[in-house]
Amino acid sequence: MNLKINGTKHVVDLPGDMPLLWVLRDGLNITSVKYGCGIAQCGACTVHIDGEAVRSCQVALADVWGEITTIEGLGTPDALHAIQAAWIDHQVAQCGYCQSGQILQAADLLARNPEPTDEDIDAAMSGNLCRCGTYPRIRAAVHAAASAIREM
Amino acid sequence: MERVGTIARRSFLIGSASILGGVAFGAYFVTRPTPNPLLEGLAEGEAALTPFVKITPQGITFIVPRADVGQGITSTQAMLIAEELDIDPATVTLDPGQPNQAYFNGTVAAESLPFPAWDQGIVPNTVRDLMGQVARLTSSQFTGGSSSVADLHETLRFAGATARETLKAAVSARTGIAHADLRTEDGHVVLPDMTRISYTELSAEAAAIEPVTDVTLRPVSEWTRLGKPYQRLDIVAKSTGTQDFGIDVVLPGMLHAAVRANPGRGGGMAGYNADAALAMQGVRSVVEVNEGLAVIAENTWFAFQAAQALEVDWLPPDYPASSAEMWQALVDARTDDFRNSRLRDDGDVEAALADATVIEAEYRSPFLAHAALEPLSATVLVEADRVQIWTATQIPAVVRDAAVKLTGVDPSLVTVHALSAGGSFGRRLDHDYVVQAIQIAATMPGTPIKTTWSREEDMTHDFPRPLHMAVGRGTVGNGRVLAYDLDSISPSLVSSWFGRIFIVPPGPDTMLVWGAFDQPYAIPNYRVTGYAAPPMMPIGSWRSPGACSNSFFHESFLSELIHAAGADPLEERLRLIADADSRRVLEAVGEMSNWSGADIGPGRGRGIAFAHTHGVPVAEVIDVTMTDRGIRIDEVWIAADCGTVFDPVNAEAQLTGAAIFGLGHAMNCELTYENHAVQQTNFNSFEGMRLHQTPRFHTQLLQRAERVRGLGEPATAPAAPALADAVFAATGERLREMPFSRSVDFI
Repeated sequence: MNLKINGTKHVVDLPGDMPLLWVLRDGLNITSVKYGCGIAQCGACTVHIDGEAVRSCQVALADVWGEITTIEGLGTPDALHAIQAAWIDHQVAQCGYCQSGQILQAADLLARNPEPTDEDIDAAMSGNLCRCGTYPRIRAAVHAAASAIREM
Repeated sequence: MERVGTIARRSFLIGSASILGGVAFGAYFVTRPTPNPLLEGLAEGEAALTPFVKITPQGITFIVPRADVGQGITSTQAMLIAEELDIDPATVTLDPGQPNQAYFNGTVAAESLPFPAWDQGIVPNTVRDLMGQVARLTSSQFTGGSSSVADLHETLRFAGATARETLKAAVSARTGIAHADLRTEDGHVVLPDMTRISYTELSAEAAAIEPVTDVTLRPVSEWTRLGKPYQRLDIVAKSTGTQDFGIDVVLPGMLHAAVRANPGRGGGMAGYNADAALAMQGVRSVVEVNEGLAVIAENTWFAFQAAQALEVDWLPPDYPASSAEMWQALVDARTDDFRNSRLRDDGDVEAALADATVIEAEYRSPFLAHAALEPLSATVLVEADRVQIWTATQIPAVVRDAAVKLTGVDPSLVTVHALSAGGSFGRRLDHDYVVQAIQIAATMPGTPIKTTWSREEDMTHDFPRPLHMAVGRGTVGNGRVLAYDLDSISPSLVSSWFGRIFIVPPGPDTMLVWGAFDQPYAIPNYRVTGYAAPPMMPIGSWRSPGACSNSFFHESFLSELIHAAGADPLEERLRLIADADSRRVLEAVGEMSNWSGADIGPGRGRGIAFAHTHGVPVAEVIDVTMTDRGIRIDEVWIAADCGTVFDPVNAEAQLTGAAIFGLGHAMNCELTYENHAVQQTNFNSFEGMRLHQTPRFHTQLLQRAERVRGLGEPATAPAAPALADAVFAATGERLREMPFSRSVDFI
């Protein structure tokens, strides 16, 4: 199987029914994609396929329909994406385990809705569980990122 | 820190140790300084000026021994050292170190004593001091109980100051310039002529002289880092996917394992058939481990699949099979035979209850999973002369000792690579998952094996928060609460948990009644009795153990009495409390919320609760609104006093996070049992708060209390009773059983 991840081509020799989550984590050592539940209830494994946020635990390798973006494809410590910069400004993370998924979900939201209300944010982000309870700062950071992106 | 002049007192105290703890240490050992573990293995030209600061020509390392499970303690530890050492902590390597006596935790042991934290009398403080020493001598090193800052804030600042003054002494010896004429700045010693010598350049000279230990800590007014808003040192990594967690370890040639354990915890195995599993793709072997079986495979997905294909004949465990039977066991335990403690007994409760109309209510709190988002995981490499363990743990010394016991290697040959945890909430105060990972890796020496629990294993093999119930009886008169009697009933957490990882301390189980017996109310007739129900399945410490249930019982029943008396919930609490720190947080939350009673208009309600846990008084006010989609929590106000705040941005996060943890579980979560097994196996049937249920928060930390305390847990306990009180104000319905979703709908 050929996969394009963050602009780079990868060849993997794994079963077609293997979830993309485990292909990325164990097959390609891309460990920023997190395992949390395996049943699309927590959002820790969120990646983008062709720009759309999906739960990689529910996408079989054989069904991958486009280019994959993980958090590294969004931005890096030396070249932060505006959403990551907002996450840092607001010091959102506590344990941080869910935050790659949260940020990728927020990127999906802001691509569709550049000026979301609290209700829009709740609707888009409630599938992403945070056991530490960073939600108030997630809301604030999404608003701040939306402003920053609009002003670019 | 040891200080001159306290030796005689400590000697006396340790002489008393055998009375309390069955552990006796001679004064000789007590007064001997704890060895510095960093002195072993230093190369030429390297200095370890304290157990927490290591300087080499290549760089500076801080040992930050308390585990970061999300609470931000890695950053706080580094900042405490950096404040005195005058160096940017972002330029320093942070290492959790190896388990060692030097990193003992003296605070948690002291907190387990049968004294309320607000009682700072001579007897409680003397025995607390004693327990701290016992903890040091038993090398008790663990992260928990909101104790890290309380336990280490002076030690780490002294470490930074000792390193700073020793570096200055080294420059003084080199240059002949008087010590007092030298200063430090940004990783350098600065001479009067403004010449700057970097700390790393001084490592060899600093190593050659005696460390300067006669140092004074800087006053708060001179702090340049602590107490100011600063960025967590891990925040960039955690916002860019570059933070490595325990589950993310990748080693060359690594294999992966999954566990399948008896769904009835502690039941054995009559037999099994692994043929189907062994025939599956990528499977290397099936091995027996504690509580069940494990599959070793080429990746985690193959291992998970094969673990499900194992055919196992499980034997039943010896605890009751269903939740209904477990609740009955608690009901039946409210007798003298199971009475464990009566640590509060003021006035004459029996007489007061005999003379008036008694108000009575029963409360229940369910089993709860920790369910940290990172499932339990450990990677182990067993070699002939060495064992290495990579994992996220709060008890690294216990992990090391388990490796010694299982493999027979010398403790010095075990390396524990302690990694960041994707949450814990108390779960990583156990090491069952590491024991299994060691057993698995020991079957393939030379091959590193990562063991990962599936979410389903994690949920169904937790050491859960125990189910807990209480019966309150009380009387009111003349607009006041006159008598308050609370019976609190639960299996003993101390017996179960301490029994697994340490030793069971003698005396009453204080955790069973934390959040109830130790509250600073001066009710004229006031009694709290703990009943230890028979052991069931093994249970564990869950964020704010004991108090996470007892505070709901205690505050809810107090609210019922105050309501019956016709008093104001805030005013009556203030009338009943003399403790100044506690009064201040109640007054503060009243001002913040513009308190004028529980009635805030039709379809709405306001609730209040107070708790004094982990040495921190916390008051919370909650507003709710009835909507056509269910009850909505609008606002939460939190006032607390943990003394000096070192890390204000993170402190606010801990207050709101702890309250969200308390609220979300009180609203939505329980574990129930059928056929000995947990029925909730994943986040579809067990979810705490999600974003759409999250209210707005307003917090205040008063910083008036004398003692410095931690904030990981204290805001958890009062959240549930404050919410129940608000729902009562809005609906007239008393919520006496968690989760509240059994009785009402939330948005």
